Amino acid sequence: MELKTAQAGTLESGDIVIELAPATGAGIEIELNSTVAYQFGEQIKKVITETLQGLDITAAHVTATDKGALDCTIKARTTAAAVRATGKDVWM
Amino acid sequence: MKDRLRRTMMFVPGNNPSMMADAYLYGPDSIMLDLEDSVTMAEKDAARLLVHNALKTIDYGNTEMVVRINPLNTPYGKKDVEAVVSAGVNVIRMPKTETAEEVKELEAEIIKVEERLGCVGRTQIMAAIESALGVINAYAIATASKRMMGIALGAEDYTASLKTPRTNEGTELLMARQTIVVASRAAGINCFDTVYSNLNDMDAFRREVEAIKALGFDGKSIINPRQIEVVNEVFAPKQKDIDKALAVVAAIKEAQAKGSGVISLNGKMVDKPVVIRAEHTIELAIASGILREEDL
Repeated sequence: MELKTAQAGTLESGDIVIELAPATGAGIEIELNSTVAYQFGEQIKKVITETLQGLDITAAHVTATDKGALDCTIKARTTAAAVRATGKDVWM
Repeated sequence: MKDRLRRTMMFVPGNNPSMMADAYLYGPDSIMLDLEDSVTMAEKDAARLLVHNALKTIDYGNTEMVVRINPLNTPYGKKDVEAVVSAGVNVIRMPKTETAEEVKELEAEIIKVEERLGCVGRTQIMAAIESALGVINAYAIATASKRMMGIALGAEDYTASLKTPRTNEGTELLMARQTIVVASRAAGINCFDTVYSNLNDMDAFRREVEAIKALGFDGKSIINPRQIEVVNEVFAPKQKDIDKALAVVAAIKEAQAKGSGVISLNGKMVDKPVVIRAEHTIELAIASGILREEDL
């Protein structure tokens, strides 16, 4: 699926900023900045990847700046970034 | 669910994940996640997704979950309905409701989603009345659907529609408040007072809560956890009222055991309205932590 660069989320505590851009290589690449990456980094990447795959996005460059977001917030922000990047609304 | 205790309905912005995750820790009776005025146009899509995922994932315990959607005549309203009904929201709050037809229109949108999910009838509706026309139509709005759980006053837009400022005394709101209480009681649903926005004047807030309780409101919309304690204190029944209520309930149980419907207690007749008030007092006393259910 063709992507524009788009982002969603904020840098407030408990939130995460997800920026999506066209893939530079194959598949989904995630650049993660998080103060809790040592503990939850793999889980954060897993939620982002599964959310994108669920929206049929199989290749993208993702920059994620996490401020301690729960999984449901990571999913919501990833979906919002994907909606903005593809122009395809999940509620259509 | 219509008869549950609803002293406090706490407003939480729908695009703030941290507040959404923590709100129930403060113990409001209901949480209202807001997709309308607290969310900018540019963030409507992101907030809708955040609210949808929070409702599906976060365990809010016994707290009633309400979402204030955008009006249906905006590009956001119908998508909001789909997002929150499919996430299992308890109640949809309609903003700026002026006619019964608007409630019916919302109900039709809810039914479309519920039919697809296979859960027709589970989502309740409450309507915020925020204009002179809304107040005039309060009873028609309150009875527009069997899903109606309550009606609420939204004072900022209402006073703007009256072309008058809002005051601490609330003289300008008296007719609207009384109309909303009477309409809700006639319809057999709940009624909620408007928010009080000045967090630096807790004395004025307490006076307002006392005044709206005396008018008959079930609860108040609040904007900050600090306001919960004040509302709960004002709504907590006094010990002498609890003692009286317990005596009434005990007497009616004894009468029912003997097969009698009407009883007298201390020389006064105890009939259905007295029993209903007593049961409500006991319910409030339990919720306020003054009585324990196992003590009954």
